[in-house]
Amino acid sequence: MPQQLREFVIEETSTVTGPATAAGTGTAAWNGMADVLRSTFQLAADGSRTVRRVWLDTFDWRLHHAGCTLEYVSGGGMHEVTLGTHGGARVTAAVPRMSLPCMSGTLPAGLLRERVAPLAGLRALLPVATAASTQRTLRLLDGEDKTVVRLTIDHGSLRGPAATALPPRLTVTPVRGYDAQADRVERLLAELPGLTAADGSAFALTLAAVGRRAGDYSSAVDVALTSSMPAGAAVAAVLLRLLDIVEANVDGVIRDIDTEFLHDLRVTVRRTRAALKLAGDALPGDLAARFAAEFKWLGQLTTSTRDLDVHLLGFAEAAAGLVTAAPADLAPLHGSLVRYRAAEHRRLVRGLRSARFTELTRQWRIALANIAPGSTAAGTQARGSARDREGPGQAPIADLAAARVQRAYRRLTRTGAAVTASSPEEDLHTVRKRGKELRYLLEFFAALHDPPTHRSAVRELKQLQDCLGEIQDGHVQREAIRTLAARMVAERAAPAATLLAMGELAAQLDAAATGARDDFGRRFARFTGGRNARLIASLTKVAAA
Amino acid sequence: MRVYATYNVKGGVGKTSAAVNLAYLASREGSTLLWDLDPQAAATFLFRIRPRVKGGSKALVRGARPLDAAIKGTDFDKLDLLPADFTYRRMDLVLDAAKKPTRQIARLLTPLAREYDTVFLDCPPSMSLASENVLNAADTLIVPLIPTTLCTRTLDQLTGFVGAFDGRRPAIVAFFSMVDRRKRLHRDIVEHLPEERSDVATAAVPALSLIEQMAVRRAPLPAYAPRSTAAQCYRDLWKEISASGGEALK
Repeated sequence: MPQQLREFVIEETSTVTGPATAAGTGTAAWNGMADVLRSTFQLAADGSRTVRRVWLDTFDWRLHHAGCTLEYVSGGGMHEVTLGTHGGARVTAAVPRMSLPCMSGTLPAGLLRERVAPLAGLRALLPVATAASTQRTLRLLDGEDKTVVRLTIDHGSLRGPAATALPPRLTVTPVRGYDAQADRVERLLAELPGLTAADGSAFALTLAAVGRRAGDYSSAVDVALTSSMPAGAAVAAVLLRLLDIVEANVDGVIRDIDTEFLHDLRVTVRRTRAALKLAGDALPGDLAARFAAEFKWLGQLTTSTRDLDVHLLGFAEAAAGLVTAAPADLAPLHGSLVRYRAAEHRRLVRGLRSARFTELTRQWRIALANIAPGSTAAGTQARGSARDREGPGQAPIADLAAARVQRAYRRLTRTGAAVTASSPEEDLHTVRKRGKELRYLLEFFAALHDPPTHRSAVRELKQLQDCLGEIQDGHVQREAIRTLAARMVAERAAPAATLLAMGELAAQLDAAATGARDDFGRRFARFTGGRNARLIASLTKVAAA
Repeated sequence: MRVYATYNVKGGVGKTSAAVNLAYLASREGSTLLWDLDPQAAATFLFRIRPRVKGGSKALVRGARPLDAAIKGTDFDKLDLLPADFTYRRMDLVLDAAKKPTRQIARLLTPLAREYDTVFLDCPPSMSLASENVLNAADTLIVPLIPTTLCTRTLDQLTGFVGAFDGRRPAIVAFFSMVDRRKRLHRDIVEHLPEERSDVATAAVPALSLIEQMAVRRAPLPAYAPRSTAAQCYRDLWKEISASGGEALK
């Protein structure tokens, strides 16, 4: 049964905090409370302790979105991590000194890791807010000298260059099974001047003090577009949002914090290239053409590392699925993958630190900022060439969105319908690319669509994409295994048992892709069926309206 | 969630001291629950908690009172207690009236896996339906033995009982308790038996007045005398037991 903490903020002038010079940890800090509580409880004061409080979450705030907080408290030889939920349940475990960021798998085995690991998934746990705290605890005892309630005064301060004191807080922590006593304490304290119920957690307060808010990063293209917005400005707004996402992930890729930084960056570059291809004509002049080549370079820069990440992420499962070979036979392959990946990552980092990348993002931001809504230069497009004044950039975005979504849907259905049982793998790859184009357009213009219809259309498309992804990933990975085998043989890094195991792995990948290919016809027929066609028609009609 | 039960058919061998001290040490690592199944309520007393469960064993077993509603927090972080109740002396009657009478405690503990890393069951000294429930619920039986000539026989009897048990069989880890180093017999047995038997821990707990003071201090020994030899003995024992992961010790 969750024990709800009750938290108060203490006014600086209150008798509860005592003299400010003692940072609230002196005897006077307790006088106000102690006088009120002594009539009902025996009191026992524990010594004060200074701790470091670090709140952790993944870069994309997975714990926050699941309604959880994760706090690492260390000090005086103690290291503990507590997972808290909005429902009040808490799981605490002692941990070795943590080196942050870390993967959830490095937490000690037990309930805490069992709870955190599924939430964090592939993402690392990062420090999102840090405070130094001097805490002093007062225990309230019953007639058996048993602790029934704990009161903690926390004098927190931010660390680092922005060091500043946080408002002192009083936390009433009920001991399980003694809620009535905690209720009583809460009622007594409520009568005390200088105490007000806290309207946010210590975490929220600390986060706000460093100018952040929970959930402040997402890889979603959530741009507020309106139907009548000029298409050029709207497309620029979408591209600016994509640039924000790219830049937000660069540091994580360089520091190699987890694989999903690169995944998000790569997907966002792909989205950017799709936007330039499918709606770049709404931008003035030859802007889209000028930058398309640079984003192609950036996309290619990420390919090798991401491909190797995919191999490594699926390695354990693939090894466990071997039938004739033993998982241990693949150990040399794993070693080679790790080595190749390290080398490719170094190459990627050089690219992301290059002047070419810096100039690309700098110039791209300047160019987009001049077009995006709200920019002082937004009107310059209308004063540009005849194409700029009368072209697609000046049309309402709803018209452009409807036309481009319809076209992408037509291209997808046409390309897919041409696929037969004997079609080469490249044809299915083309269908997948057309599907991605439609998916990205739907994401870019989501704000213009009826939300339930949009969700249904995306869901249908996603099912088709999953099938196509399975086919292509199987083929690509099978070919990659062949290439790796040749490379390892050349390096004399592949014993016979490893090559045999890799052969089995390639065969399994091929079998999975073939199975998915058999399913393609059914999936495609469903996607192009009447219901989905109506969904797309409805979306483009709503957009046009 | 791992479930440990301190068990011996004999009384006064250090079951409760072991349960309280080992549960305290387990709670330093992760969330821990100690269920005092002994109606004498010694563990409950040591944690200064009232030995009462509303509705008694009948309410718990029949589900009228959820187990988690009866749990009390101790004075120590991450360590909770399910108190003893005087009605536990008739627990066999309540268990016998239930469906699957030997699996009731295991059933009651199942939902607690969401909350606790470790559960300790402090069992009364008997061979009863409640004992069979404990065998079904526990991953490891922790058996305190006083190093006397008959202690091997006691352990063999218990091993036989568990071996003949028609159900899930917990691992058995015995350890020497109340060891008096002044007695040659104690010294000989403590030295040789762990070498001969894989189910006997190397770590042993001496007979010390500091341990007896638990009843006066009403707290786990590692909490009030963390640097004492006795606390170190319990730490060694816990290290050995927790590292075994329910398998034979050696």
